[in-house]
Amino acid sequence: MTTTTLSQSKPVDRPEIKEQYEHFIGGEWVAPSSGEYFENISPIDGKPFSKAARGNKEDIDKAIEAAHKAFPSWSKTSAANRSKLLNKIADIIEENQEHLARVETIDNGKALRETRAADLPLVIDHFRYFASVIRADESSISEHDEHTVSIALHEPLGVVGQIIPWNFPLLMATWKIAPALAAGCCTVVKPAEQTPTSIMVLMELIADVLPPGVLNVVTGFGPEAGKPLATSPRLAKVSFTGETTTGRLIMQYASENLVPVTMELGGKSPNIFMKSVADADDEFFDKAVEGAVMFALNQGEICTCPSRILVHEDIYDVFMEKVIERTNAIKLGHPLAEDTMMGAQASNDQYEKVLSYLKIGKDEGAELLCGGEKADLNSGLENGYYIRPTIFKGHNKMRIFQEEIFGPVVCVTTFKSTEEALEIANDTMYGLGAGLWSRDAHELYQVPRAIQAGRVWVNCYNTYPAHAPFGGYKKSGFGRENHLMMLDHYRQTKNMLISYDKNKMGFF
Amino acid sequence: MTPRVLVTEKAKNTIDTLRKRFGTDLMFHQSGGCCDGSSPMCFEKGDFKVGGSDIWLGKIHDCDFFMSKDQFEYWKHTQLTVDITPGRGSSFSIEIPMGIRFMIHSRLFTDEEFQDLSPVKEAEEAIQSE
Repeated sequence: MTTTTLSQSKPVDRPEIKEQYEHFIGGEWVAPSSGEYFENISPIDGKPFSKAARGNKEDIDKAIEAAHKAFPSWSKTSAANRSKLLNKIADIIEENQEHLARVETIDNGKALRETRAADLPLVIDHFRYFASVIRADESSISEHDEHTVSIALHEPLGVVGQIIPWNFPLLMATWKIAPALAAGCCTVVKPAEQTPTSIMVLMELIADVLPPGVLNVVTGFGPEAGKPLATSPRLAKVSFTGETTTGRLIMQYASENLVPVTMELGGKSPNIFMKSVADADDEFFDKAVEGAVMFALNQGEICTCPSRILVHEDIYDVFMEKVIERTNAIKLGHPLAEDTMMGAQASNDQYEKVLSYLKIGKDEGAELLCGGEKADLNSGLENGYYIRPTIFKGHNKMRIFQEEIFGPVVCVTTFKSTEEALEIANDTMYGLGAGLWSRDAHELYQVPRAIQAGRVWVNCYNTYPAHAPFGGYKKSGFGRENHLMMLDHYRQTKNMLISYDKNKMGFF
Repeated sequence: MTPRVLVTEKAKNTIDTLRKRFGTDLMFHQSGGCCDGSSPMCFEKGDFKVGGSDIWLGKIHDCDFFMSKDQFEYWKHTQLTVDITPGRGSSFSIEIPMGIRFMIHSRLFTDEEFQDLSPVKEAEEAIQSE
C-alpha cells in the first residue's frame, strides 16, 4: 500500500469561539434550565473547544412557547418583508463567511477548503433562493362555472420542529430553516450534539434580524432534547435528517399527534461508469475520474456519498488505475490548513464505526485497493479522527456494499451490460442519490430514469445547487429539499369555495 | 447453537446502569442509513414500536434485539457484538448523555456455525411469547 499524502501548509488562525453558548429562545440567550453544559469536542484533535447548553424538555417547551407567541404576527408578515429578512441573513453570513467557515471546520472536522468553497456559499445562496421564490409565488384560482370560484391559498403550517444532522451543520440547518421561515412558519431547531457550536456562532450574528421567537435553537442530546421536540403535541410538523430507526421513531411520535413529517434518511448511492467513459483520454475522462473520487468529499459523510462504483468491466483497469492514483493523492492533514483536501471524521464513535467497516470489508473477502486503515497523523493531530480514503473491490451482496458507512470508503464492482448495472444499482434498501457517466446520448436519459433514486447526477456528482429538488425514494425518506416545492411541506392549502349565485340550490 | 448477537462486559455494565436509571426493561433496534446510522439504538422497552417489517435476533443481557427484515438480509451471515465506545452519537438512543455510544462489531460466521444458528423470530411473535 502506498503511504498517505500529507498537507504541507500551516493551519490558518483559529477563530475566536466563546467558552460556552446558551440556548437561543425568543430572541434571547437563555441558560439551560438544568444549569448544565456539555463539552463540544473538535474532531481535529479530540479536544474540547467550547461548551453547549444541555437542553431538556423544559427548554424545548420554552422554545415552543416562544415560537407560538411569534407565529400570529410572523405568519401575517408580508412576503416582501420575510424576503427582505432572509436576504439580510444571507448578507450577514456573506460578510462573516471566512469566520463561519473556520468555526464550521473546527466543529465538524471537515477541511477548510470545503467549508469555504461549498458549505458557506451554499448556505448564503440558499437563504437568497428562498427569499426570491416567495416573491414570485402565487396561489391558484379556478372558475368552476359562471357563479362558482375556488381559491386555493397557501397558509403556513404553524410552529415546526427541525432536527439537524452533524455532517453539514450550517448547511443542513439552512436547508430546513430557510424554507420554513419563507413559508411563514416559526421553528424550534435542535442541532446535532456533535456539532452544536457553529449554529450558535451564526445565531449571535443574526440574533437581531428576525422578530423574537421566529427562530429558536435549543442544543442538547437526542433523548433529552430531541425526543421532547419530536413528541410535542404543540408542533404542526417535524422535519428530520438522520437514520432509519430514529426516522421511524419520529414518524411514530408524529402519528400519535397526527402531524406530517419530512425525512431524509441516507443512502448507498451507486455511481455508474458506462463503457463510453473511456472512449478517449480527454477532459471528460478526467472529470469522470474525479466523479468516482467524490466519495471522499466531506470525508464520505454525505447522505449521497457515491459509495458504490459500478464500472463496465472492459474499462475497469484503465479507469480504476486513475481513480486509485487520484485517491492516493488526496492530501490529509490539519483541516484548517488550506491545502488539506480531506479532514477528520466528525466524532469518535463515527471514527470507530468506519474502522469496524474496514474490518468487515477485509473479513468478507473484499480486495483492498488503497487505504484501509486509520491515518496516523502527528503534530497535534494524534487524537483526531483521521481515516485514509479507502477503495475495496467486491460484490454487491457484501455488507460494505449495502450499509451506509458514512466514511471515506468506496466499494467497486464491475458489470457487463446496462441491465446488470441497473440490477446492481437498484439492489439496495435506499434510493437517495446516484450517478451516471456516459458519452452516449440515449444512456444519458434512459439509465437515470431506470434508477430508483430521487437524485441522479448525470455526468457530475455531489453538487447541491438550490432550485434542484433533492430527496429520497425507498427507505431514503420523503420530501424534496433545496427547491421551492419544499415550501409546500411547510404550508397548508386553504380552499375558499365561493358562490356568486343569489339563488338557492333547491334541496331544502 | 451459535447466537446471532453477543454483548461485551462493558456494554452489559452500561445496560445495567441504564436499567437502573430508567427503572425499566430496555430494547435494541439496529439502525441503518446516514449520520448515526448502522448503530444499535437502545430504548426503553416498548418506546420503539416494532412491527411486521422487523425481525428478532435474540436477547443480549436480557434485552430484545431487533432489526428491519430487509437490512437483516444483508447482515445475516455475520455475528454481531454490541460494544460501547466513547462518543456522542446523535439519535434518541438513551446512553448518549453518558458520553458513550453503543456500537456493533461484526464477524463472519464459519460454515459450521452457519448450519446451527439460533433461530430468528417475527418481531411481534417474539414480543407476544414473553
